[in-house]
Amino acid sequence: MTNEQFSIQFKHVVKKFGDTTVLNDVDFGIVKNKITTVLGFSGAGKTTLMKHILGLTMPTSGDVEVLGTCINKIGELELREFRRNFGMLFQYAALFDSFTAEENVAFPLREFTTLTDEEIKKKVHDLLISVGIKEESFQKLPSELSGGMRKRVGLARGLALSPDIMLYDEPTTGLDPITTKMVNNLIVETATQHQGREMTSVIISHDVKATLEISDYIAFLDRGKIIEYLPVGEFKNSQNPLVQEFLRL
Amino acid sequence: MKVLVQRRIEDLGTNVTNLLLGLGDFTNFTMKTIFWTFKPPYRWKLLFEQIYFIGNKSIFIIFLTSSFTGAVFAFQIYVGMKVINADSFIGPIVTIALAKELAPVLSGLVVAGRCGAAMAAQIGSMKVTEQIDALEVMGINSYQYLAVPRILGATLSLPLLSAIFLLIGYGGAWLIGTKVILIDEVIFSSLISDFMDLGMVAEGIIKATVFGYLIGIIGTYQGFNVTGGAEGVGKGTNMAVVWGMITVLVVDFFLTSFLTKIL
Repeated sequence: MTNEQFSIQFKHVVKKFGDTTVLNDVDFGIVKNKITTVLGFSGAGKTTLMKHILGLTMPTSGDVEVLGTCINKIGELELREFRRNFGMLFQYAALFDSFTAEENVAFPLREFTTLTDEEIKKKVHDLLISVGIKEESFQKLPSELSGGMRKRVGLARGLALSPDIMLYDEPTTGLDPITTKMVNNLIVETATQHQGREMTSVIISHDVKATLEISDYIAFLDRGKIIEYLPVGEFKNSQNPLVQEFLRL
Repeated sequence: MKVLVQRRIEDLGTNVTNLLLGLGDFTNFTMKTIFWTFKPPYRWKLLFEQIYFIGNKSIFIIFLTSSFTGAVFAFQIYVGMKVINADSFIGPIVTIALAKELAPVLSGLVVAGRCGAAMAAQIGSMKVTEQIDALEVMGINSYQYLAVPRILGATLSLPLLSAIFLLIGYGGAWLIGTKVILIDEVIFSSLISDFMDLGMVAEGIIKATVFGYLIGIIGTYQGFNVTGGAEGVGKGTNMAVVWGMITVLVVDFFLTSFLTKIL
């Protein structure tokens, strides 16, 4: 695969916290316009890996290249600008609890665009409807929404600025099977809808069943090292004993 | 015995190291908030919201505290002054004490309790629910968005609250002095202008401004440093109140020593 086909590239990334090595020579690329899942046991370094993509944590050595920019070599102000290329759905949605669903989605648009109030309102309504939120819930506070609805609003907020990379942090953790299926469908639908503008989706998860259903590529992280990185079809047949053990769970 | 001494020395070393690390972290936080105060975009709406919350919403409690403080202080001074037949000096004594000391310090303690706690709780709960991470991922500086408006709001509101404290406190003292103790109204008021000057009022205003800044920075720092869940938020809130109050009282001593020399 050529470099142009990757939207994110880890180049021999090592991250140490004191004496503990959390990422150990991570060297792989995440393919543009596809859904890639980083799988792994708890404590494998998945969250640290995601923080490196966002530039919230810097590598001890090595480089992280996102959309052709080496983000560990740019200044803080530039990095903040750069982060507008990302959308993110947090594990518990992380909606601002004093804002309504509508205000949450409007927030990035008010901060970073010059759209008028009317234009923002229209865009927010379109986004909320596209993720399956009904109009009667637009003015509800996050505390008045169910877990699944909060995820939908979080996704709409993440998509508000039409990001090039959409990150999902443990999107199905703690959800019931029906809501899990709904969230998985939503991820696939979102990726399909935004395929035209080559949006890359990255999922951090340990939910192996869901991952196999929705991903194009799977990277398996174990003790800070990517031990397997394959298209989903090949991943299922991986001979790596750890992967086999994980798949059997 | 040797092991015990060695362990004590090690504990002391650990405590000193932790204290220095904490101070370093606090200094780093302070510097970041100063940097982001002057960096656009300037968030006026958030600042006015904080002034409304810290200033306007504290007026009732300041009214209660100041009126009773003035009244009680007038009464206590009367008890002492009556012995030496100097009860007509109640007016200036109470007013000077309010202007220089009681108004800024008690306003500071009220705001540290009410608003310092709220700052730590709001920011702390945002931290544990990843709302601060959400801001950062969007490219919004959380110090600028959350800390700066609160710090500036407290810095600008506290001198105003202190001035209100002074006026209402004087009113309370005046009521007790003229209607209960029955000092002549003209004597009560006229003696004040003989003993007070603008420097005394300025001293109180400067103190209140410094206290406001410190309460703001301590409250927001504790919020940003919350770890864990609800327990962490509770701990952070508690620390914000305790450190806010201690800081007001300790800094008051040093400020008084300094301002008395220059004003």
